[in-house]
Amino acid sequence: MNQSNANTNVVEMIDVCKRYGTFEALKKVNLSVRKGERIIICGPSGSGKSTLIRCINRIEQHDAGSIVVEGQELTGAERDIAKVRREVGMVFQSFNLFPHLTILENCTLAPRRARGLSKAEAEDRAMHYLSKVRIPDQAKKYPGQLSGGQQQRVAIARALCMEPRVMLFDEPTSALDPEMVKEVLDTMIGLAEEGMTMLCVTHEMGFAKQVADRVVFMDGGQKIEEADPQTFFGAPENDRTRAFLQQVLH
Amino acid sequence: MNGLDFSVVADALPYLWKGLQFSLTLTVVAFAAGLVLGVALALVQHLEVPVLSPLAKVYVAIMRSIPLIMVLFWFFFLVPLIIGAMMNSGRPVPIGGLWTAIITFSLFEAAYYSEIIRVGLRSVNKGQYEAAKALSLSTATTYRSIVLPQVFRITSPIILNQTIILFQDTSLVYVLSLTDLTGAASKIAQLNGTLVEMYLFIALVYLVICTSASQLVAVLRKRTRIATTR
Ligand SMILES: Nc1ncnc2c1ncn2[C@@H]1O[C@H](COP(=O)(O)OP(=O)(O)OP(=O)(O)O)[C@@H](O)[C@H]1O
Ligand SMILES: [Mg+2]
Repeated sequence: MNQSNANTNVVEMIDVCKRYGTFEALKKVNLSVRKGERIIICGPSGSGKSTLIRCINRIEQHDAGSIVVEGQELTGAERDIAKVRREVGMVFQSFNLFPHLTILENCTLAPRRARGLSKAEAEDRAMHYLSKVRIPDQAKKYPGQLSGGQQQRVAIARALCMEPRVMLFDEPTSALDPEMVKEVLDTMIGLAEEGMTMLCVTHEMGFAKQVADRVVFMDGGQKIEEADPQTFFGAPENDRTRAFLQQVLH
Repeated sequence: MNGLDFSVVADALPYLWKGLQFSLTLTVVAFAAGLVLGVALALVQHLEVPVLSPLAKVYVAIMRSIPLIMVLFWFFFLVPLIIGAMMNSGRPVPIGGLWTAIITFSLFEAAYYSEIIRVGLRSVNKGQYEAAKALSLSTATTYRSIVLPQVFRITSPIILNQTIILFQDTSLVYVLSLTDLTGAASKIAQLNGTLVEMYLFIALVYLVICTSASQLVAVLRKRTRIATTR
């Protein structure tokens, strides 16, 4: 790996392995993500998609191989983990908003506590990103008072308030009623157009075709195929990819 | 049987009021100290802190298996010995009934509160912890700002219930020759033979206090329900 390469890769995963007990969830996965790239990760249930992206901000610990995020290798050191987490935003399938805090407080907590912003600064920033996801008028409400789509947009705004270098999405639309999927995908498309580096686990293949620079197909804890969307959807190389695509595209 | 004479109750009111004040004060102090210690005991177990976690488990198990009245006796004799040993004075340092009561009730209630908090901690969704991690929040901030507020919200009706029981248990301080509401009533009753009047009256006082508190529990229950449904 040469020096310039190391500097431009926001995420660099080399031979990453992850076990749960004796079960191998990730088997020597390699993945490099350059600044501004949009990576879509797909694959059947249990193939290790969530595990893969959760290793990037160390919600899961990898057992072997190396993960470097923004030049910082993820080892056991608490300080390095905190550093990486400040630069990596994450959006979950089940939103995971803090139910006892208002929308505004959800967005200001981490910038104040982990970035050291003042209350006023954090609130300005929160309103900026809440406007961006088009729900500034809901700032005083509690998560329970919002629709699923609105909650997920708040979750995106909350992550953006940390001004991360990379955003991770784990099936952000899977828990939503169908009529709310579009508003969330539109928000994500907006982010992609602004040049945000994104890794997104999703089965929304239309979205993948529209925004992806590369599509990664996982199966059985391995990266089976990685290609630009045209190749991936038009002429997938692997049989398992073809079988999977046949299922999700119909 | 002669008619009941409630004028004795009126005469005894100032003395009974002092007894009630004692009961309430002991309840509030034991509640506050017990809750703080209870949260600590629960957190230590939840975070699986080495050494402290098993110690907390044993402590809670012991406290919960011994009747409060026995703990009061034990502490009345033990605490002076322990303090004496700690201060190297070579002999017991008596601390008096009041401090025995405060320490015992706080330590005893802590065990019960910690069990309630522990269950509350487990009921907080794992996604909340993950979101906190993803936002780079420290463990301290995660518990203080995210987890514990939700735990208190979930458990407040049960905590209040336990505190009602605590309030009733304060009558056990008679074994330490302290005078709470029950103690005050029984002293007067024995003095002038007005057992029925006295016990009827304080039963009413307990009833009013405990039912109002239960009412509060019901309100809290409703509020937590609203807060958790969307
Ligand atoms: N905490 C855990 N303990 C044990 N096994 C786990 C754990 N988390 C995940 N696994 C296993 O690891 C494998 C990969 O899980 P992962 O969640 O990464 O799959 P996925 O591709 O995200 O699937 P899905 O599409 O269902 O979300 C699965 O077989 C799962 O059962
Ligand atoms: Mg998953």
